[in-house]
Amino acid sequence: MPSLKDYRDRITSVKSTKKITSAMKMVAASKLKKAQSQAEASQPYAVAMSEMLARVATSLPADFAGPKLLVGTGAENTHLLIVVSSDRGLCGGFNGNLARRVKKEVAELQKAGKDVKIICAGRKVFDILKLQHTNLIIKTYTGIGQKGRVDFASAREITDFVLQNFADENFDVCTLMYNEFKSVLTQTPSAQQLIPFKLPEVAGEVSDAKEEKSGPIAPYGFEPEESVILGKLLPRNLGVQLFRALLDSAAGEQAARMTAMDNATRNAGDMINDLSIQYNRARQAHITRELIEIISGAEAV
Amino acid sequence: MTEAAADKTFSFKLVSPEKILMDEPAMQVVVPGEEGDLGVLKGHSPFVVSVRPGVVSIQKTTGGDVQKIFVAGGFADISAENCTVLAEEAIAVDDLNKEELEQNISNLKEDLGMVQGAHDKQRVENALVIAKAKLSAVTGTLQL
Repeated sequence: MPSLKDYRDRITSVKSTKKITSAMKMVAASKLKKAQSQAEASQPYAVAMSEMLARVATSLPADFAGPKLLVGTGAENTHLLIVVSSDRGLCGGFNGNLARRVKKEVAELQKAGKDVKIICAGRKVFDILKLQHTNLIIKTYTGIGQKGRVDFASAREITDFVLQNFADENFDVCTLMYNEFKSVLTQTPSAQQLIPFKLPEVAGEVSDAKEEKSGPIAPYGFEPEESVILGKLLPRNLGVQLFRALLDSAAGEQAARMTAMDNATRNAGDMINDLSIQYNRARQAHITRELIEIISGAEAV
Repeated sequence: MTEAAADKTFSFKLVSPEKILMDEPAMQVVVPGEEGDLGVLKGHSPFVVSVRPGVVSIQKTTGGDVQKIFVAGGFADISAENCTVLAEEAIAVDDLNKEELEQNISNLKEDLGMVQGAHDKQRVENALVIAKAKLSAVTGTLQL
């Protein structure tokens, strides 16, 4: 049976753990706010970019074949997965869920006889995937968003690497896998196909409807011609999509950490309560025993 | 601004991937298009233009000050009431430093001699084009 001192020591240690987790929760909350406002600030560019893409795509000549980024290489033998995770742990199932999803995807692709290559953005998912798929990982990026904000430069670095590999025909299909930020409570691992790129058709219809309201539509002019612009827009769009995923993942990481730390704090509180009760019981048992000893000693005299 | 002048303005936006850099009504904007500079006034026909590295000049009022901003390439979406420039990098011309840029250019030229592989070469060349455009943006304003 543990002594009273053991109980006291355990209570102190759980209390200090609780202090740490509640501090981490508050830090995560403030970082989440920052990450969310950054994600919001990047929205106009992404919206303008997809509107422009839709505009260009709708006015393309019907017989236009399109660049490879749009129509693909014609084969789909090699798949490239870009996996975006966090660099740090202690954020609940954030990285674990994603890694599980990636493993499932890899298993399915390999079952279908495809080659798989992986780019890891973020150290955690690399740590998990390297146990099983070391030979598939071709590059790992770490330190994204370390200074509290995600630079577009990091997205561009990865994009450059991907585009270079695409030009060298090292892969046919590129899929982005990241934790989508649904709300502070839920982040779902999701996959988005980047190459060949699917044009945002819905966005095109929406912007058309908007133009109709504002008056007669003049046909859009392009300089240089549509196909050239499309060829330039697509690589940039890749960067934008990737940047968005990085931002989403950064916000999701903080949200997941906040939730995880909130739970940990609550659990620590519960544990302290339980331990206190046990401590009090032990103390009372101790006193009762001493009393019995004294009384029976007195009776014996 | 008088009401008559207000009628002649259109909404101008300069957007980078990280945030909106500028969102103001403007009188006239000159965009450095890939195939030549493009002056935009209110009521311009709808246009999508690829932008080369160069200077975007913004004039908010007739005869007013011209604001010059360097953009490292991008796209512009122009319609009658709107002009949106998407730029990956934008910096006010006044903030560019001539000596630094000259140093940068000579560094890049050295790099160009050393790098191997078509892709790396391409990348350095792109950086060089941008640096040179920056320098000409600076010297251009100095001559004024």
